[in-house]
Amino acid sequence: MNDRNPAISKGIDWSIVWIYLALVAIGLTAIFAATYKEGDPFFQSFLRFKTDYSKQFYFFVISLLLALFLLLTDSKFFTATANLLYAFGIFTLLLVFPFHDDIKGTKSIIRLGAFNFQPAEFCKIFVCLALAKYLSRPETDFSKTRSQLIAAGIALFPAVLAIMQSETGLALVYFSFFIVMYREGLPSGILVIGFSVAALIVATLIFEKFTLAVILTVIAALALYSMRRQLKRNRSIFLRVAFLWAICVGIQLYAVPFVFKHVLKLYQVERIYSTVGKEVPSEYMAAHQKETTTEVKKKDTDYNVRQSKIAIGSGQLFGKGLLKATQTRYDFVPEQRTDFIFCTIGEGFGFTGSFILLAIYLLLLFRIVTIAERQRSVFSRCYAYGVAAVFFFHIAINIAMTVGLAPVIGIPLPFISYGGTSLLTFTILLFILIRLDADRQMVLR
Amino acid sequence: MPVFNQSRSRIIRLIFLIAFVVIIAQLFYLQVVEGKYRQLAMDNAVYPKIIYPERGIIFDRKGKAILNNTIIYDLMVTPAEVKGIDTLDFCRMLNMDTADFKKKILEAKLKNTAVRPSVFKGLLTADLQAKFEESSWKYPGFYLVERPLRIYPFNAAAHILGYIKEADPRDIERSGNYYRMGDYIGKSGLEAYYEKVLMGQRGVQYLIKDNKNRLVGNYENGAFDTAATAGRGLRTYIDIELQQLAEKLMTNKVGAVVALDPKTGGILTMVSGPNFNPNDLTGPDGSKNFSRMTLDVTGPMLNRAIGGLYEPGSTFKPLGALIALNEGVITPSYGFPCGGRYTLCGHGKPACTHAGGGHAANVRLSIANSCNSYYAHIYRLTVDNPKYGGVRKGYEVWRHYLNEFGLGVRLGVDLPGESTGRVYDGSVYDKENNGHWTSCTNLTLGIGQDKMGTTALQMANAMCIVANKGYYYTPHFVEKIDGESEADTALMNKFRLKHEVLTRIPDTAYRAVIEGMHDVVKFGTARIAQIPNIDVCAKTGTAENYTILDGQRIKLPNNSMFVCFAPKDNPRIAVAVFVQNAGYGATWGGPIARIMIEKYLNDTLMKKSQTDVDRISKANLMPAYFKRLQYKTDSARAYKWYNDYKDSTLIKKFLRFTTSSKPGDKKKPVPVKEKVRREVLALLPDEKQFYKSGENKLS
Repeated sequence: MNDRNPAISKGIDWSIVWIYLALVAIGLTAIFAATYKEGDPFFQSFLRFKTDYSKQFYFFVISLLLALFLLLTDSKFFTATANLLYAFGIFTLLLVFPFHDDIKGTKSIIRLGAFNFQPAEFCKIFVCLALAKYLSRPETDFSKTRSQLIAAGIALFPAVLAIMQSETGLALVYFSFFIVMYREGLPSGILVIGFSVAALIVATLIFEKFTLAVILTVIAALALYSMRRQLKRNRSIFLRVAFLWAICVGIQLYAVPFVFKHVLKLYQVERIYSTVGKEVPSEYMAAHQKETTTEVKKKDTDYNVRQSKIAIGSGQLFGKGLLKATQTRYDFVPEQRTDFIFCTIGEGFGFTGSFILLAIYLLLLFRIVTIAERQRSVFSRCYAYGVAAVFFFHIAINIAMTVGLAPVIGIPLPFISYGGTSLLTFTILLFILIRLDADRQMVLR
Repeated sequence: MPVFNQSRSRIIRLIFLIAFVVIIAQLFYLQVVEGKYRQLAMDNAVYPKIIYPERGIIFDRKGKAILNNTIIYDLMVTPAEVKGIDTLDFCRMLNMDTADFKKKILEAKLKNTAVRPSVFKGLLTADLQAKFEESSWKYPGFYLVERPLRIYPFNAAAHILGYIKEADPRDIERSGNYYRMGDYIGKSGLEAYYEKVLMGQRGVQYLIKDNKNRLVGNYENGAFDTAATAGRGLRTYIDIELQQLAEKLMTNKVGAVVALDPKTGGILTMVSGPNFNPNDLTGPDGSKNFSRMTLDVTGPMLNRAIGGLYEPGSTFKPLGALIALNEGVITPSYGFPCGGRYTLCGHGKPACTHAGGGHAANVRLSIANSCNSYYAHIYRLTVDNPKYGGVRKGYEVWRHYLNEFGLGVRLGVDLPGESTGRVYDGSVYDKENNGHWTSCTNLTLGIGQDKMGTTALQMANAMCIVANKGYYYTPHFVEKIDGESEADTALMNKFRLKHEVLTRIPDTAYRAVIEGMHDVVKFGTARIAQIPNIDVCAKTGTAENYTILDGQRIKLPNNSMFVCFAPKDNPRIAVAVFVQNAGYGATWGGPIARIMIEKYLNDTLMKKSQTDVDRISKANLMPAYFKRLQYKTDSARAYKWYNDYKDSTLIKKFLRFTTSSKPGDKKKPVPVKEKVRREVLALLPDEKQFYKSGENKLS
């Protein structure tokens, strides 16, 4: 490695670059497998920019150029412009409202000539930078609630905008930045509370309303009974338990139904319920009655997931082979080159292939965490964690969605899914990290 | 710099790891543990296209194809491809209006979506097909699809050959889901009996389809495809010319004709009247004709030769004589002094056409003169034989003989729907007579009446036994199957087995009876059946019968029965002819049988016979009461339809007799006093018996 140009390659973590190239190669193969039709003129279509795999290849070339450009950039540039870029990101997100293009039902895409931009997609980079910048400020004392709230605000403001553009999936990505905050000292309690609330919401979906209320009451009663000794000494325990009980029952009886009735769209409610394998309760259907009547073309909601599971499941241990995957080759899985690209790998290469891909991803994430921990500057570390968090969220949710463990949320699989914006975004995220890591001896502010 | 949170990096890694492990576990479950997904993916993408084999052909004894395959065309449409056609022109060509056209296109879209082909008009007539092919280029989206069809080149043998129809859910279940919806299956006749042989082996071609169910190519380049094997042909004993002749003779008659080859049990001809053209059930108007015929009270679809029960009447007498002779209760020279009626039971019944003159001086004469008293008496002698000690035991012995003659049992012909006939055991008489009965109670059994019911096939087969002096082969149509397999041989073996059931009857007995039957032709009741140079043995029969219509018992013209075989010494054909409500056995049954024998043995007809063919085929002997019965059945059905569905379309034409003009004021327009049973038609003699014995509760 010594023969490389020292000016650029010095300090670069090549393992990450190799993983990156491997993933992009897998992605191109998968897109090729999903979209190649028998008898396509392979080279011609490559040159003519017509097929999806050739387009993706050109995006990859552009990404490489961009990566090179990023590697040539001074690390200080990122700290210096972090806030400015964040402001720019927010600005583009706002621009979407007057200038959006209605493509496939989202209101989050701006058209510029031949290209479509989805600001909510690449805004992740700016949020990541800005959050790192804020957390690394010398005057930030992250143990204070105020700082925690500001950090959460930085992370979640774009999410709010994304939700307003009906891009719930992309919005959810911003919640992954809590991992960064957790690493930087967010109280563990919040994590526990977060998990508890999530568990409670899932329970709400699975159990009948009043059954769950009774279960919660019984749990509260059991808790009081087990603490009856302390209870005698300390009356406030009773109040605390009662308070917790009230919050839980409140969430379960009122908050969740409220969200399901008034915040989420019907298709989202249906997707969530189909993940837990249940019918949407009639009261939610009633609340969304207007949508059902206006939405003429109501497709079977769990069609995607069912087909996706069939595709992956039919791959069995070793897969059917690259171009023999009937399920993905003959368009049974909708959106299979973008959000459901994992099906192609699951069907074509089976459990073995899927396992290897997941192993590569896990290696990537662990490598990023290792890199994060070796940074001298807080900025770099925070940024690295941000990248890890974003990748993790995308990978976990996307694959969990294709195998039926998570509701269908339209987020891409990093480096594999078809789509120029997402490939560019993830490349930029990763190569900024590589650049910062190359300068890990520097202390950046 | 806060480094105190470094331990949290491990927790974060742990979170990553847990999430991945959960996903991998789910993947393991989907891909390795749960096995159903491969099949689901196959079901999604692979379309097993059934390749239908050509159905087997049925040949007659001279190798002529009497049931063959042809191709007819369905007009298909793929609605999405129909663009810019001259709808008016198109509709004019097909004789339909544009509204109908639009409706059909819409139906096609709803049924199979716009991108997949649907049947626009099934089974085009040859004329329409030619017209369409001429100008098909003008109509994109429309094309013809071949569809194999069964064709009966001789327009004959409808009841024998049977027909095929789409398999219904019951057929599919019975076949263990071998058949699928839309498959054709033999529903009657040889088509049904030899279904496994005729249908052949289906082939499967695996095709790949995409998410819109469009076929996009072969799966794995056809590695799993199997070829179809054509059904095998059946070589039958049927003489198609004889069959056609018999069908011509039975035009506008109710009854049955069966001709057997006594040497092999091969069925040369089997006709059931009224008849129909088998081609009516295939082709464009098939279903229309099918429903018309099912609603016809004359029952054209019923095969009366194996399913219609008739009292054999006097045609039974040769059998009665053989039984009595073998039992030793009489000898060939036994005579009976008949004075015109049988008096030994006290009521003077049955009456006899002859009186005195020694017309029943021995067995031979009694047959020639068809003496009722004689046969009533020898029946009594048989069942009252002291060696059995009691009428019940004697009756069972007699009944056993009948079963050996093939009466009252299924012969096992290779057609579905064969009737056992009717020879009751003693318990029926016990029940009717409170346990007290004697040979006088049912003495008319001796002359083939009382409760006896036989099919034409059974009587023809009984004639074979007489002609062969004791043995027979199960009557069957198929001589051999092309490319006979082991399974086929197992199927056919029962037809190749010689049943030596009554060879124990002494030759003298057979000789007496056969000579008697020969005399019947020479100078007895069947003189009409004489053929120069051929010794025909025959027996006529005339059975009275009644029916109940509008609550009244009506006497119908007699059934004309005729059984015979020829030549006497080397029997080559046995014929049974039953003509319902035609008159004396000799008037209709005799000539028909004679013409059949002539045609089969001489291959030509004498001049007399040719004129007879004309006369008989033009005679309309359809019983008149059928018209009334049809009216009643139709109106009763219309009335029920009206009651059940409040739809007056059917009942309208029956309403002309009502005086009321207000539609709401219908005074029960149809007199529905009793339900009419379909099977009544073939069971008329039986009905009479029920009436006589006081059990006339026809419901």
